[in-house]
Amino acid sequence: MKIKLTKPVLAVVFALLLALPLVTTNNYVLHIFISMGIYVILSLSLNFVTGFAGQLSLGHAAFYGIGSYVGALIMLNFHVNFFLALIISAVVSGLFGFLLGLPTLRLKGDYLAIVTLGFGEIVRLVFINWAKVTRGPLGLPGIPKPTVFGVELNTSMAFYYMAIVMIIVTVVIMNKIINSGIGMAMQTVKADEIAAESVGIQPIKYKMLAFVISSAFAGIAGCFYASFISYISPTTFIYNTSVTILAMVVLGGLGSIPGSIVGAVILTLAPELLRFLSNYRMLIFGALMVVMMIYRPQGFWGAGKRVKNIYKIKAGGGKHVGHIKG
Amino acid sequence: MSAILKVSNATMQFGGLVAVDDVSVVQREGEILSLIGPNGAGKTTFFNLLTGVYKPTKGQILFLDEDITNLKPYERVEKGISRTFQNIRLFSELTTLENLLVAHPDCNREGLIESIFGRSKLIAKRSKVVEDCENILEMIGLKDQELELATNLPYGKQRLLEIGRALATNPRLVLLDEPGAGMNGLEKEELSSLIINITKKLNKNILLIEHDMKFVMSISDRIIVFDHGVKIAEGLPEEIQNNQQVIEAYLGRGITDDEE
Repeated sequence: MKIKLTKPVLAVVFALLLALPLVTTNNYVLHIFISMGIYVILSLSLNFVTGFAGQLSLGHAAFYGIGSYVGALIMLNFHVNFFLALIISAVVSGLFGFLLGLPTLRLKGDYLAIVTLGFGEIVRLVFINWAKVTRGPLGLPGIPKPTVFGVELNTSMAFYYMAIVMIIVTVVIMNKIINSGIGMAMQTVKADEIAAESVGIQPIKYKMLAFVISSAFAGIAGCFYASFISYISPTTFIYNTSVTILAMVVLGGLGSIPGSIVGAVILTLAPELLRFLSNYRMLIFGALMVVMMIYRPQGFWGAGKRVKNIYKIKAGGGKHVGHIKG
Repeated sequence: MSAILKVSNATMQFGGLVAVDDVSVVQREGEILSLIGPNGAGKTTFFNLLTGVYKPTKGQILFLDEDITNLKPYERVEKGISRTFQNIRLFSELTTLENLLVAHPDCNREGLIESIFGRSKLIAKRSKVVEDCENILEMIGLKDQELELATNLPYGKQRLLEIGRALATNPRLVLLDEPGAGMNGLEKEELSSLIINITKKLNKNILLIEHDMKFVMSISDRIIVFDHGVKIAEGLPEEIQNNQQVIEAYLGRGITDDEE
């Protein structure tokens, strides 16, 4: 797969996406695309911490859930505007990322994965058992839709366009960070912490930064989801969800922004497209993933497509050869 | 000449093993100081004490008259101590240039807000970083390969690149752990002129560990000899060459004393 993301290619994809709601009025199709958008943000955010900073997290659904519940609760109880709720959800999720990171980011690899796995379970259990606030397994119904100047945005089309805007903002911000000094420091921490320290980089600082930013974006996705679906319950934020997001990141290619988007698109579309197989659907789906990992372990958009010296390009100095964006 | 580095009575103990035993070392401003000794003498452990990988069991380390004994490795880099590793530790998936960029203080201390919203000022700052690093590459002779991945460079060049990376942190003192290991004769000659350039042109101080005696004797202003964690000699290259204790440490004693 050697698709170069040149400007014309991006423009065509973008135009097609913008035109989609005009072509189809089928709510089912739009609904899938909006879920896809939510998963794109989730996989981008997990990719940020796992792909770029090299910290394996198995509890990403927890931050998604925290964002969802925080957003839903403040919109329901305090009638906070949706857009303000988005920001608050991001801040609260990010804060939880920070609190979890404080003791755990000193751990490496497998240990960190297990701790985040545990955190995911704890958060889910809190959603179930803190019934006074979360209504436990009953979930929270009737979450309000966004309103802009008194107009309620309750159509699928509105959510569809909001999802596109959110993805663009996410991609732009992540791209900026990844191609900055911070992004490079993160890469070095991922590659070799001792060497990183030897050139003056404090590993924990960058791991924490990646973790917090990742959690915050997951929180945004959560809040958006709550308002879109208008009903949330603990069953959405289970371990399975964390693994699905991780699968999107790995399938797309660790450490690649287009990869994470492709991964999310494929893993949301595939189960829908395979519906004709009825009961064999998940079986075939699993087999496809195994085949994929055997023949293309680096993912669709993985290694070998790393941009070299983008810092230099961004700095505006010097010419550059063989520049592939990815 | 004032002291840039002053280590007093440093001891490093791992369980029952005393790797560095009550060592005191003073490095004067502007000198190339070498650390030699047989394998296992505690040279690299001593380096790790200086760079903060280990905290000494006892003793104190002063750098520019400031106590750095309890500082973390990255904090010591900010103070002006940088190093290379005995086994090369480059960021192999980064390019030659990027390996230097990440070490540059203006690159790795960039702020989050700055990196997202920065405009012309940020671009100017980054251009300066790139320029600084390219100057270093020029000096170590790797300018032509700046876009090559570090892992694709030949061994000798990787060693040079590590020195370049250490320089990119803008240090006052550079610790080189066996910089000439695995290099051929020609490469070693280039290396010694590079090291002299670093001290003379860039006004940096160098402390190095090396096994190649010809190399050490030709380049060092002063030499310190370690054996079994103890400093057994210190002096000018000629003094060290004729020091009986040093010869014994390397070659063993004469047959008449051999009772152990």
